[in-house]
Amino acid sequence: MSTTHALSEAGSSPPPERDTVIDVRDLRMRYRSQDVLNGVGFTARRGEVVVLLGPNGAGKTTTIEVLEGFRMRSAGDVTVLGADPARGDERWRARLGIVLQSWRDHGKWRVRELLAHLGSYYAPYSTALVQRPWDVDELLAAVGLTEQAEKRIGTLSGGQRRRFDVAIGIVGRPELLFLDEPTAGLDPEARQEFHGLVRGLADENTTVLLTTHDLAEAEKLADRILILAGGRIVADGAAEELARQASAEATVRWTRDGQSFEQATAEPTRFVRQLFEEHGEAIGGLEVRRASLEDTYLTMVRELETGSVTGEQAAHAFGKGSR
Amino acid sequence: MSPVGPASPVWYAARAGLRRGWTELRQTFTTGQDLFGHALWTVLLIVPLLLLRDEPLKGAGISLGAFMLPSMMGMTLAFTGLMTTAQLLATEREDGTLLRAKAVPHGMVGYLVGKIIMVSGTALVSMALALAAGVFLVDGVAREGGGALLTLVWVVPLGLLASLPIGAVIGSLVASPRAIGLLMLPVMGMVVISGIYFPLSKLPEWLQTVGQVFPVYWLGLGLRSALLPAGAVAAEIGDSWRHLETAAVLGGWAVAGLLLAPSVLRRMARRESGAAMEERRWKAMQRVG
Repeated sequence: MSTTHALSEAGSSPPPERDTVIDVRDLRMRYRSQDVLNGVGFTARRGEVVVLLGPNGAGKTTTIEVLEGFRMRSAGDVTVLGADPARGDERWRARLGIVLQSWRDHGKWRVRELLAHLGSYYAPYSTALVQRPWDVDELLAAVGLTEQAEKRIGTLSGGQRRRFDVAIGIVGRPELLFLDEPTAGLDPEARQEFHGLVRGLADENTTVLLTTHDLAEAEKLADRILILAGGRIVADGAAEELARQASAEATVRWTRDGQSFEQATAEPTRFVRQLFEEHGEAIGGLEVRRASLEDTYLTMVRELETGSVTGEQAAHAFGKGSR
Repeated sequence: MSPVGPASPVWYAARAGLRRGWTELRQTFTTGQDLFGHALWTVLLIVPLLLLRDEPLKGAGISLGAFMLPSMMGMTLAFTGLMTTAQLLATEREDGTLLRAKAVPHGMVGYLVGKIIMVSGTALVSMALALAAGVFLVDGVAREGGGALLTLVWVVPLGLLASLPIGAVIGSLVASPRAIGLLMLPVMGMVVISGIYFPLSKLPEWLQTVGQVFPVYWLGLGLRSALLPAGAVAAEIGDSWRHLETAAVLGGWAVAGLLLAPSVLRRMARRESGAAMEERRWKAMQRVG
């Protein structure tokens, strides 16, 4: 019984299309005489949650809008779902979900009404594998807005509105979902709910590209974090990997005979052992501290903002060679 | 380009647009603020009618009030087609409605079809409201019936075609909804020289010529020809309803608008992005704050 089920499941899984959903190489963007992006490159695989992390003005929105096909790039190769976004047709667009930040649009519409309306555009793009659009009641339940279904959109709270934005973004059952700063202005509880929602989508094999300037959010959500700074990707890896790279050096602090000491070392374990072999009982107040990803990130942002380092140098902070 | 046919996604989006227009029409007539706007417009039209209902229009056998009622209906049509379209487009560009349309497949098709339905419906209802209120206040309007009323069947749709696309072009080109407010001044000027509140023949000849360039005059004329008694033609230029000229001028505006609007709309839509919207939102917030 379960075997048959598994077989039929396998039979209905998406065709073995290329596993790379986003492929960006040497993306450049120039406004007037200013370079906003200087050679951004990264890829995203099917079902991955990739978080584009960076300080304000790093070029996150620009990058995401190039991928959405909303903005023309100056140079570089970009492939999204097998097509160049600059030439993506409506069939291609039907496979994308874009979560926009609502402000006061469609204020007179009711929640269910607008969701059903926007969903209806996707019906011609339904396939045997993907039923489009998402059933409105199911979707409302998924984003926790069942009770607000008949409310006017203008009367929703900030958190409800943001969840509604996500519902609109995914009503066409996208293969790839873009979210630009989705949790800006959300309270911690709404943020928590939102994170659960995004993880759930990824579990259903939706690829998610999300931007944020909040490191904690990136660590919580991302399969992979891309740090964008100074117009380039300065770090690319899972949160743990980046943390490991960032914390290659540790600081050891101790006291001996009432005096404080501090030593930076790449091998704190060995250093501490030697310390005790040498001084034994005289050592007190021992503290070994590895730089956290947060320390490294915040230091980098600060240095980039004051202009004391370049993007290239920032890349080195994450143990990443220039690319 | 997707194939065009009843089953194609474009048609699908167009039908979604029909529903969209219908929904928005229903909303505008069930929302307090909008209803107030519609009521205020009707009252503003009615007041001069009331004041001039007994003032005779020399040689035409009707009162000045009777002359004004169909003229103002024509003005309402032109005004809604031009300004409401422009206003909605500018507002919905700023608030992100358009960006949302752009993010769904063929969403712009649905958006535009919806807007056409919504604006046309609003224009028709506003005209009907003015007529319903005015017909009890002044004598001699809409008594002819029959053939004269048939004129409405071509004048009204042609009027919509002449004004909506131009409104869409204006709405695409202005920087913000506030700019539409500034446009009101020249539009008011256009109304003054369009023979709405008094016959155009009262104006100096050169102003008559200028007035006859714009669709407002011809819409007023077309509606007068449909709703006033035959004798009222004596108040018109050349003692004629000039149907041929009406069709030609309105048709000219329609063709010009329909030629211009698609490319202007496309250019405007192409430029819409989250960043552009964010910038406008930020500016608008500055203004509010």
